Amino acid sequence: MAEPLDPRTDPDVDLRVPVDRGELTARPATILATIAAGGVLGALARAGLQHAATHPPTGFPWATFGINLSGCLLIGVLMAVLGHLGGGHPLLRPFLGVGVLGGFTTFSTYAVDVQQAFVAGAPGIALAYLAATVLGALVAVGLGDAATAGLLRRRAAR
Amino acid sequence: MTVLLIALGAAVGAPLRYLTDRAVQSRHDSVFPWGTLTVNVVGSLLLGVLVGLPAGPTVSALLGTGFCGALTTYSTFSYETLRLAKGGSRLLALANALVSVAAGLAAATVGYALARVLIG
Repeated sequence: MAEPLDPRTDPDVDLRVPVDRGELTARPATILATIAAGGVLGALARAGLQHAATHPPTGFPWATFGINLSGCLLIGVLMAVLGHLGGGHPLLRPFLGVGVLGGFTTFSTYAVDVQQAFVAGAPGIALAYLAATVLGALVAVGLGDAATAGLLRRRAAR
Repeated sequence: MTVLLIALGAAVGAPLRYLTDRAVQSRHDSVFPWGTLTVNVVGSLLLGVLVGLPAGPTVSALLGTGFCGALTTYSTFSYETLRLAKGGSRLLALANALVSVAAGLAAATVGYALARVLIG
């Protein structure tokens, strides 16, 4: 049994967690299809937002910045809730954590947008975006995790 | 059409990240998140190539927005970094953040440069 808020390190898969180790052998098709379905939803949401707020190579990629920060906030919330539930439904982490939030947030677009800003001759934007995303993401995930865990503890104590 | 291509790419990319993470973790008994680093670097390299070519709208939607977008992840990367820091491995957390960002940027740069050389 997972302890509440057990120190799972990985929302995708953590092979030190027995449930994660066994989930693919038990029903591989269901797990992979669930992840794929979540990934599609997350990716389409990201594409929609990026399409709605495009940026020139020398501009700040606000859409992807917002996507990555909100996705990091939400993974902090999700993992705290799952920890509180002792893991929750077996398909919840694969669907929301691996699929939806993994598909929503993107590291490749982040890296390429930084590189493209350098190529376009906007090193200031490149560096600001580089630093703001990684620092913002870490603050967001910490905030999501701490606020949710705090709320759940207070509710449990009542 | 674009929506379908993005969906198709993501339907392959997201499970591939999960499978890669599993495969990497089963080979390394390490708290350092090598699996996520791997997908993020590979995805950044591939997207760098696609942008450098540059790929048309069909390939961009399928492989860029869909596949690379779903293969790579910022949420898992940030959560793993948080967990390392909270678990007392602050140096590893810092290393993960710095190495991921540096390696991702380097991969995007190499991919873009390779594509530029290829097309002459």
